[in-house]
This record gives sequence, structure tokens and C-alpha cells, in this order.
Amino acid sequence: MIDANLAIPLALWAPLLGCVLIWLLDKSPNLREAATLVTGVILLGLAITVFAAVGAGERPTYELIQVIDGLPIAFQAEPLGAMFGLIASGLWLVNSVYGIGYMRGHNEKHQTRFFMSFAVAISAAMGVAFAANLFTLFIFYEVLTLSTFPLVTHYGDEKARKGGRIYLGVLMATSIGLLLPAIVWTYAIAETTEFTPGGIFTAHMDAVGPIAGVLMGLYAFGVGKAALMPVHPWLPNAMVAPTPVSAFLHAVAVVKAGVFSILKIAVYIFGIEFLHETGASQPFMWIAAGSILLASAIAMHKDNLKARLAYSTVSQLSYVTLGAMLATQMGVMGGAMQIAAHALGKMTLFMCAGAIYVAHHKSLVSELRGMGRVMPFTFGAFFLGAMSIIGLPPMAGSWPKFFLMVGAADAGQLAIIAVLMISSILNVIYLLSIPIQAFYMKPAEGDAKPQGAEGEGIKWGALKEAPILCLAPPMLTAFGAFLLFFFSGHLYDYLTPLMGGVHG
Amino acid sequence: MNFAEQLPVLPIITPLVMAPVTLLLPKGRAPWAWATLASWLTFAACVFLLREVSASSAGFISYHLGDWAPPLGIEYRVDLANALVLLLVSGIASLVFPFAYRSVQLEIDERQSSLFYGALLICMTGLLGVTITGDAFNVFVFLEISSLSTYALIAMGARRDRRALTASFNYLVMGTIGATFFVIGIGLLYQATGTLNMADLHDKLAGNHSRVVDAGFAFIVVGMGLKLAMFPMHLWLPNAYTYAPSAVSAFIAATATKVAVYVLIRFLYSIFGFDFSFMGSAFTFVLLPLGLAGMFVASFVAVFQDDVKRMLAYSSVAQIGYMLLGLSFATVEGLTASLVHVFNHALMKGALFMAVACVVLRAGSHSVEAFAGLARRMPFTTWAFILSGLSLIGVPLTVGFISKWYLLQAAFAAGHWYAGFLIVASSLIALLYVGRIVEVMVLREPAEEGKYAIPARDAPLSMLIPMWIMVAANIYFGVNTELTGEIARRAAEALMMVAGGAP
Repeated sequence: MIDANLAIPLALWAPLLGCVLIWLLDKSPNLREAATLVTGVILLGLAITVFAAVGAGERPTYELIQVIDGLPIAFQAEPLGAMFGLIASGLWLVNSVYGIGYMRGHNEKHQTRFFMSFAVAISAAMGVAFAANLFTLFIFYEVLTLSTFPLVTHYGDEKARKGGRIYLGVLMATSIGLLLPAIVWTYAIAETTEFTPGGIFTAHMDAVGPIAGVLMGLYAFGVGKAALMPVHPWLPNAMVAPTPVSAFLHAVAVVKAGVFSILKIAVYIFGIEFLHETGASQPFMWIAAGSILLASAIAMHKDNLKARLAYSTVSQLSYVTLGAMLATQMGVMGGAMQIAAHALGKMTLFMCAGAIYVAHHKSLVSELRGMGRVMPFTFGAFFLGAMSIIGLPPMAGSWPKFFLMVGAADAGQLAIIAVLMISSILNVIYLLSIPIQAFYMKPAEGDAKPQGAEGEGIKWGALKEAPILCLAPPMLTAFGAFLLFFFSGHLYDYLTPLMGGVHG
Repeated sequence: MNFAEQLPVLPIITPLVMAPVTLLLPKGRAPWAWATLASWLTFAACVFLLREVSASSAGFISYHLGDWAPPLGIEYRVDLANALVLLLVSGIASLVFPFAYRSVQLEIDERQSSLFYGALLICMTGLLGVTITGDAFNVFVFLEISSLSTYALIAMGARRDRRALTASFNYLVMGTIGATFFVIGIGLLYQATGTLNMADLHDKLAGNHSRVVDAGFAFIVVGMGLKLAMFPMHLWLPNAYTYAPSAVSAFIAATATKVAVYVLIRFLYSIFGFDFSFMGSAFTFVLLPLGLAGMFVASFVAVFQDDVKRMLAYSSVAQIGYMLLGLSFATVEGLTASLVHVFNHALMKGALFMAVACVVLRAGSHSVEAFAGLARRMPFTTWAFILSGLSLIGVPLTVGFISKWYLLQAAFAAGHWYAGFLIVASSLIALLYVGRIVEVMVLREPAEEGKYAIPARDAPLSMLIPMWIMVAANIYFGVNTELTGEIARRAAEALMMVAGGAP
């Protein structure tokens, strides 16, 4: 095993090196894809190294360069970042396998550019995960936005242009317009932007106290990737991209980088205790709660499967924001675990949606009735993923919901518990109905029905599943979500340092 | 007489002596090669000069021209602030000269090309002279040298587009009014104090609160305001930048207004100082609001331009607003931000105008239409434009971000938090106009036929290499601010000490 301190810079550079390799191997697709996969395996190994080291109590650090006096591009892995790094690199590998299957199954153009952008984006995600200060986080946050832009506009047609414009417009406008001033303001007050256990504002109570709510607002909406309503429109609009990109945005890196940043800012910049005392985060707790319900309500109306999943993501992300804004130990724990659980669950759902599209070119929920009979594995995985998102045992998603409720009870916010309950019911309605209809209902009359879909049971001999590269990954992540349910205790212990010596 | 002692005069003498020689050289490559050599020698002198100043214990080097002692003789006084600007001007020139060859071949009549290089060298000499001198009247002399040659250079664009003539004439009228105001101001100061040496002026003006000095101050600020295109006195600039030959646009956009900003800083801080009664109101009621207005109005106008050069020109007016804003905070941080942005903005605009020059070379036009699908036709030029455009917006890892950071920090530290939000709001407008061009370049199909059809051939290496050095500088100084930020801060501290602290 290599030294964890070395693993951090390597995790940043390896994907960039991979990007160059992919570019050089443009002419031979097989080798090019091999470059992506080898990079993915190496990256996962590095992330595991860091994860293990942090678990053993180390805090691997690495400083790249001192940009301005007192503002270095520096990295330090702590539990939350190490967890995010592990999830992102692990799912990136899965997503790459899936992406190769999808892009080849579709004979997409510009595949080299596609995989190059992916490599840059995962490098940026690693930078976000391991950033030791807000300054570094912001840099990689922006790189992530820019490197995913070619992915979102992959098709290059008018629809893609419009989606891309909104994607880049909202993310850049919020990050430059709100997040950057917030960071500079923080720096002007505290003269540091370093992530410090317990927060950096406690010592500057007089200066921060009156504006704490304003600053929190700048951060909450400035991190547009967390998609707190009303800065969510970029997410549904990014649906114009190929499905592997959607999976990347929704599960692997982009939105996760957003909610990860929110948690990090709440815990390491403000400090849970500070938020608890000043009540600065209260208004945003309610906005997050509203976001949870509103996005679920919108999702119910969407017939397009990907759009429904997109609004489900908006809703689920606000769980993390809610956890941070509750300003209690258990809230933070719930938010952190939600990052992991939602990643696995949503990844599964998106890859299933893509598999259905690859195999049958169907993208509307209403077209999926009876499809479970020809794609039992895909819809089985979808069913498990949906259970996890809803929060039903024995899937990973049930733990974060549990901790969030405990956190809400600690904070004395009983209304929040009600919100969480209503949201779960809404989730059942709009997510579980899909696999149930697929398995039990007859296809609507007049549709171009795939052979076998109108029968009574599953015809094992006449299955029409997607190619194996598109089918195996969602089954793998669904299984992962199942496993995580049983290993959540370990994750809890791992994340305990986040809560520090704070009393809830 | 040794070399080191004469160092301060070399950046002026070298190009001034070498410029006329271009006219005597045979047509073809010779004038270009000679002028390029001159710019490189000048750059080398400026590098040495910066190192000398940085190491000197006094914080400045004083050079007496012809050994006539100041305040009667002309003094060249190099401190960190102008050493930085000298480095910038000569550095940009040393990239623009090699870059210019192919572009000039296309855009300038061959018979005029040696005149062109001579005039460009003279223009550079003027700008360097304005920067280096410690004598107020000498500033005016060099300012006119650079302006007159600029008028001629812009007019040379007439071969491609006759509108260059009116643009040049317009600039001539406005520029002359500005210079006249400036010289009237200096005359009034001379009347009040009997000296023209800057350091001496500062001493003699202390405690002198007469109407004459007040009037002189007003004339100088307005005159320089015209030269640096302070909103709303910027009307000469868009046409001048648009119709000038491409290489000239790249050079003057990166240097001329920056030097004028430097002169304003020099007069405000080193001559008048905070002791002067008008300083506070000039900052609060003139520079701050005009800077803010320029940032928004000009950015907004830039969004609707169909000509990329004109769009960049309006963007320059907006960027000058940032510089004025920074210095109007009247703090070390604000002044640092201004100086850093003077340097950084030159790098961005230099690279952007160079990219446009490459497009003009191949497509023969700088209209937005000519940029359609450019990513397929000229990938290296496209990427140079995208990277420097990101720098203009202020994306991290570029110099634009460093500028924004310093400015925001200065705004919050000075308690002008609303200005902080206005700064980021106006950079979002930059996102709009840059994004618009990038979208056209990357996502539109190139024209197959008609006026804007261009061959799939990138610019020649003689243009690509200098342009990419400029782009690389945009990134290098975006992650390493030892040269820019550090020197600018020391320079700002020194200026602030002379000026006597905050009002």
C-alpha cells in the first residue's frame, strides 16, 4: 500500500493522466476504454487507501501551492471527504463500465471527448472531496462545473444547447454571484478559510453574529449543486444529456459535491454549536423542508422517467441540506449517511432508466407497464433502488431517514418529522408504482408492445434485457445498497468524528 | 559609467533609438525582426530594473537624466508600482511584435509595414516613458508621443475598413482634449508651486489649499479620465479598438489604458495624497460611482455586440471600472487589487485580442458570424479564446479569479460589502457575453460556403506560440501570485505611505 499522503495528489493527477491517454488513444476505441477502466481501478485503489488511513485516525494532507498569502491550494482528508471520495471513485468505475456499454450500444459520436470530460470531472470531484479549505473547494467546484458542460451538451442540438445554457448559467451564477462573495467575506472576517473541527466562526462571534443568517443563505443558495429550491432548475434541464451523464450528475459526483460542500461548510466553517446557538440555519431548514415536499409533488406529475428521477433527486438532496441545517449531531449524521445511501440508490435507478432506453427506447413511465416481464432483472434492481430511496429496510436508505428524524426530535422540530413522513409516502407513490406496474399491469392498448410483455408471467426464455454492460452495473449498485444497510453501524462509527465534542 | 547605473534609462533609449532605424531597413522581414529585437531588449531591461528595485533598500531608484539634478532636471523614478507596469508593457510588446508579422502582412500595405513597426515601437516608448518618469510635464510629453503614434496606427486599419479613419480622428479629438486638460492641470500646479518634479510637487502641495490647486486637480482627473476611458468618457474607445489593425488592438488594449490608470494612481497618491481636501470626495463621488456605472453599463452593452472586437472593447471599459473601484476604496487592499487587475487584465485582453487576430487572418472578419463552428476549424485558437475568456469571467486557476478575489477582499475589508456583490454581479454579465461567443464557436456548425466559410486550418505557429504564451501567463499568474500580488501589495503600501494613510 502506498502512503496515504501520496495517495491524495495521485488521486488528483491519475484521472488527468487518464484523460491524456484517452485523447492519445482516440483511434483505437478498445484501448481507449481500457485507459478509462484502468484509471478507474487505480483511482478506486487510491480512494480506498485514503479511506483506510482516515479510518485509522490519520489525516493525510497535501499542499500544492500557496496561491495568495494564507490561501493555499491544500488538501486534507477527513471522514466525510474520505467517504465522498470513496463513493465517487467507486461509482465512477461502475459508471464508466456502464457508460462504455451505453455509448457503444447507441453508437454515439464524440466518444473520446465524452470520456475525456469524465476523467477531468472525476479529478475535480476528488479535489472537492479532499479540499482542506473553502478556497480549494471553490476552485475544484468550478472545474467540476466546467468539465461537465461538454457532457451535458453532448448531442450539440438546440435542446442540448438550451439545457447547457441553463446548466452553466445557474451553476456559475450561483457560485460566482453568491458562493464566491460568501467565501471572501468569510476570509475577510476570519482571515482563514480552513476547514476546522468545531468551525472557525466561534472566535469571531461579534463580527459574524449579526450576519450569520445572511452568510448561511449565501452558502446555501451559492452551492447551486445542492439544488436547494429555487436554484434547482439546472438539474432537470441537464436531462438532455446521455444517461451515463445523468447518473454521473445525480449519483456519482456533481450533486453529491454540492450537498457535501453544504455539510462541510455547516460542520467545519460555521460549526454545529455555532449554528445551534445563533439559529442562523433555521430559515434554511424550513426552505429545505419545503424543497423536499415541493420537489416530490412535482416528481409525481412527471411522466418522463428521467425527469421524475431528477425531481426525486432535488427532493432527496434537500434531506442532506436539512440534516446540516438542523444543527444537531444526529442531523449531521443523517445528512452524511444520506450522501452515501442516495448515491447508491439513485445510481441504480438512473442506470435502470438507461438500460430500459437502450433495450426498448422507452422513456415515459406510462409506457413501462408490463415491461417487467421482459426485463425482470432491470426492474428488480429498480425495485430495490426505489426501496432504498424511500427508506424502507432492508435497504441503506432507511438509516439516514432514521437519523434525520432523531436529529429533528433533538432539535425539537416535530413538524420536520411530519415532513419526512409525508415525503416518504410521496416517494412510495411515485417510485414504487413504476416497478409494480411493470410487473403486474398489462401494457396500455395501442402501444408498440415488446413481445412477451402482454403475458401473465415472466417468460424466462424470451427476455429482452439490455446488454450485459448496461445490466450488471445497476444490479451491482442495488446489491451495494442492500449491503450498506447491514454495514451502516461501521459507517456510523467512521463518521463519528464529524460530530466532534458537540452536544446535541 | 557602468551598465547598472544607466539601467533606468535603457527601457526608453533602446526603442527610441531603434525605432527610426526600421524605416531604413529593406522591405520584408527586416523591419519586423529589428522591431522584435528592440522589444525583447527593452523587456530584458525592464526585468533587470524590476529586480534592482525589488532589492533596493530605499524602495525606489532615482535616475537623473543628463545628470541634471531634480527638481530642475528630469528625474526617472522607478519604484515597485511603475516597475511592475514597465514589465507589463514591455512584456506584452515582446509578445505582440513576434505575433504581428503575419497579421500585418495581411492587414497593412507592404509599403507601410516598416512605418508600422516604427510607429508601434514609438508607441511603446511613449507608454514606457509615461510610466517611468518622475516629472509631471515629462508625463505629458510621453503621453503625446504614445498618443500620436496610436492615432497613426489606428488609421492604418483603413486598408481593411475605411471606418478606421473616423475612429482614429475621433480618438485624436478626444485624446487631444484629454491631453490638453491634463497639461492645463499641470500648468496650474506649476503656477501654484513652481515645480514639476513629482516628489517635489508632493512636498510643496502639502498644506497648499488654494483654488488653483483645486482646479489643477480637477483638470488632471478629467484629462486622465478621458485617456483611460473612464465611463462615460469612453466613447472613443470601442471604435478605436474595433477598427485598428488586429495587432495594434492587442497591444493598446493590453497597455494604453492601463498606463493611464497608473498615471491616475500616481497623481492621486504620490502627488496629491490624502492631505489634499478633494481626495475624499473625488473617491466617493467620482471614481466609485463612475467605476460601478462603467462596470455595469459597458458590460451590458457588450452583451449585444455583433462584432467580437467591439464586444471586447466594451468589456475593457467595464474592466477599467474594476480598477477605478479598487483604488477608490483608498486602502492598501484596494490599491493592491487595482494594480493586480491592471496587470491581469492586460494578460486577458492581450490573449483575447490575439485570438481575434488569428480569426481575422483566416476568416477575414471579426464578426460573431465568423466564429461559428470555429472549434472544428481552428481548435488551438478556439481554446486560447475559451481559456482567456474564462479568465475574463474570473474562473478559478486564472488571473481573472485572482483579480476578483483581491477586489472582493478589498471591498469587504473596506466595509463596501454592497460593492462586493456588484463586482460579482457584473462578472456574471461577462459570463453572458463570453459564453455567447463560446457557444457559437463550440456548438454551432461552421459555415460551409459564403462569406464566413473558412478553411480547416489553424493560425500559423508564429501567431499561435506568442498567443499561447500569453494564455499560459493567464494561468501561471492565476496560481502563483508571487510576482503580481506580492509586488502589487508592497507597491501599494509604499504609495499609501507617501499619500499619508486613509482619509
